[in-house]
Amino acid sequence: MTARALAIAGLALALLAPAAVGAERASLTEIEKQVMCPVCGTLLQLAESPQAQRERVFIDGLIAEGKTEAEVKDALVAEYGDEVLALPPGSGFSLSAYLVPIFAFLIAAAALAVGVLRWRRAGGGGEDGPGPTEAGPSGEDSERLDADLARYDL
Amino acid sequence: MSLRSVIAVIGVLAVVGLLVFGLASKGSSGLAVGDPVPTAPLPKLDGEGSQSLADYRGRWVLVNFWASWCPPCRAEAPALEEFQRRLRGPGFTVLGIDSRDLSDDGRAFVRRYGLSYPQLRDADGGVSHDYGTTGLPESYLVDPRGKVRLHSVGQVDEEYLREEVEPLLKGGKG
Repeated sequence: MTARALAIAGLALALLAPAAVGAERASLTEIEKQVMCPVCGTLLQLAESPQAQRERVFIDGLIAEGKTEAEVKDALVAEYGDEVLALPPGSGFSLSAYLVPIFAFLIAAAALAVGVLRWRRAGGGGEDGPGPTEAGPSGEDSERLDADLARYDL
Repeated sequence: MSLRSVIAVIGVLAVVGLLVFGLASKGSSGLAVGDPVPTAPLPKLDGEGSQSLADYRGRWVLVNFWASWCPPCRAEAPALEEFQRRLRGPGFTVLGIDSRDLSDDGRAFVRRYGLSYPQLRDADGGVSHDYGTTGLPESYLVDPRGKVRLHSVGQVDEEYLREEVEPLLKGGKG
């Protein structure tokens, strides 16, 4: 039983280990989407300036050394500062970039919910409220429409 | 004032505050002649410690913003080095600031052109932003009191250094 369990565990490790290594392996194409060209002010993926080319060479060098994606990004931050990251870091003042939209969404959702509740309490759309008005002309318009149609009646 | 009005006012103030903050943090009018230069410390390009413009108070300093990937910076480097060799002393130095550049590339640039003047590193371009630079290279002649006396956008050459910068240095104190 133990030997069998060990064999299964070994097989699982053999299957999962390469996948884990693959996930860790950095790729220039992926990193280019996540970092900026600091001088161009655009994603590195979109930049073609000489500075961007140097940044790519720098990243390629780190990948060749076997650095992970996180290590490459750390090295870029050490070279250029936090602004090289396309997404701001989740700490300090930069954290507000993530929190403000969440708070704004929650406030907007709460305001919408309160508005809907008040509208329903006021009778808008409720079952006891007045139903939708009947479609089509009424009164004087209806008579005029009938008269007009009668003129075209063959 | 009703609760609804208070919430609306707070919302408007928050939006206006964010706009003002955004403009204040992004906007930069740039240094003009007579303005004091920023004195935030910067790491040395060789990695050994840091320096500030305040450390050069009492001397004329030609602050030159450059980067290794910038062709005009390469073109002006020999003229700056020649000027430094000719006029360096207790009263004057050129001071290079490598901006938004890879540190290894910056150090290779210094070796390649044999630059003997001190070099600092502005990794994220924060100090360039404080000066209000619009590109590279840019140079500022700072007087002994720490105020801008000349500002040059783009590549400097021997003629500019001889005819614009040198007379001020020889004219005595700022």
